[in-house]
Amino acid sequence: MAIQTLTKENFTKEVRQASGPVLVDFWAPWCGYCRRLSPALDALAQEFEGKLDLGKVDVDEQPELSDEFEIMTLPSLVLFQNGQASEPLVNPASKGEIESWLEQQGVR
Amino acid sequence: MQDNHVDVAIVGGGPGGYTAALYCARAGLETLVLEKLSAGGQMATTSQVENYPGFDEGIDGFELAEKMQRGAQRFGARTLLAEVTGLDLKSSPKVLETSAGRVTAFAVILATGASPRALGVQREDFFRGRGVAYCATCDGMMYRGKTVVVVGGGNSAAEDARYLTRICRKVYLVHRRDTLRASKSYLNALEGADNLEFVWNATVTALQGEKRLSGVTVRDTVTGELRDIACDGLFVAIGREPNTALFRDMLPLDGQGYLIADETTKTALPGVFAVGDVRQKPLRQIVTAAADGATASKFVEEYLQEQGESV
Repeated sequence: MAIQTLTKENFTKEVRQASGPVLVDFWAPWCGYCRRLSPALDALAQEFEGKLDLGKVDVDEQPELSDEFEIMTLPSLVLFQNGQASEPLVNPASKGEIESWLEQQGVR
Repeated sequence: MQDNHVDVAIVGGGPGGYTAALYCARAGLETLVLEKLSAGGQMATTSQVENYPGFDEGIDGFELAEKMQRGAQRFGARTLLAEVTGLDLKSSPKVLETSAGRVTAFAVILATGASPRALGVQREDFFRGRGVAYCATCDGMMYRGKTVVVVGGGNSAAEDARYLTRICRKVYLVHRRDTLRASKSYLNALEGADNLEFVWNATVTALQGEKRLSGVTVRDTVTGELRDIACDGLFVAIGREPNTALFRDMLPLDGQGYLIADETTKTALPGVFAVGDVRQKPLRQIVTAAADGATASKFVEEYLQEQGESV
């Protein structure tokens, strides 16, 4: 499944009320590390098909969302399960680091 | 032949790694690049590469990385997005343990590159991403209108300071000597920035803040005096160090920690090659990393022929 673009309009429906876990990538177009992360997220979206949904929030366009989740560094990944936000994973160094972080929270 | 066995495994997908992959694949070798995140390495976070020949208007580093990856894939090289966690470089075939399972290969090219050097002060790791940063062009925009400190005295420190003076309210440049090592063109660019303050003969000795960095303590190297500077961000630009953690017990390194390998890219172990920034060399650039990659493929081929194990 493709990575969904999240906005303050669709965030409640797609993330807060989602039946399964949702991994949200807080990013910005000018952020080099965010681009580096994108191939790994694309791969995760395929590998976790049916088990995990992925979405992304452009913090420049959606300041309300980044303020609400106190995003201070890009990229930050936040896992939502039953509407609850995890502590953010800031600037992971590898795809493996994201996988083990997900696993710690019961997503495998 | 199993899926996870290849002729040549390349550890790292920067310009050295993908050029090696291109040449190896074109030579008909089964080639696998192991990359932990995405193509490009350090180059991928460079917004504008101005000194890679053939791109007369410069090119975005991430885009150049993707071009190099696709160029190698066009000839059959594959990429596995996985982190290498262990190596056995003496066995035959050689063994690579990765976050996506075991890979074996007749030859291995080490293209692990280099990373920004850490300052080495307490709680630096904790504040990483919470005020402490290592790449101004990557993270600078998070500090728009704020106060930041840059540490270092070389070209990258000067370039970071120049970039940050344009977007930040105030920039301090802390250097342990009383002049910068940076070359003239970098220094000229700093002149006339009225929101830049030099802090000479000083080292950062402590980081302040609870959840997030709120300031740094610097020590005057001449008088020993301590001074607190309130800031929102600290940009560390004190050079790079090679990524050798995986194999530093198996292969000789030079005094600065770089892998010892000459222009043939051969390391001390047969069938193991080193390309790009991780190798001991006089100039670390995208173009010299790429050149290493091409050279390595010639000696990989030669090695495989000697071993009689080639496809």
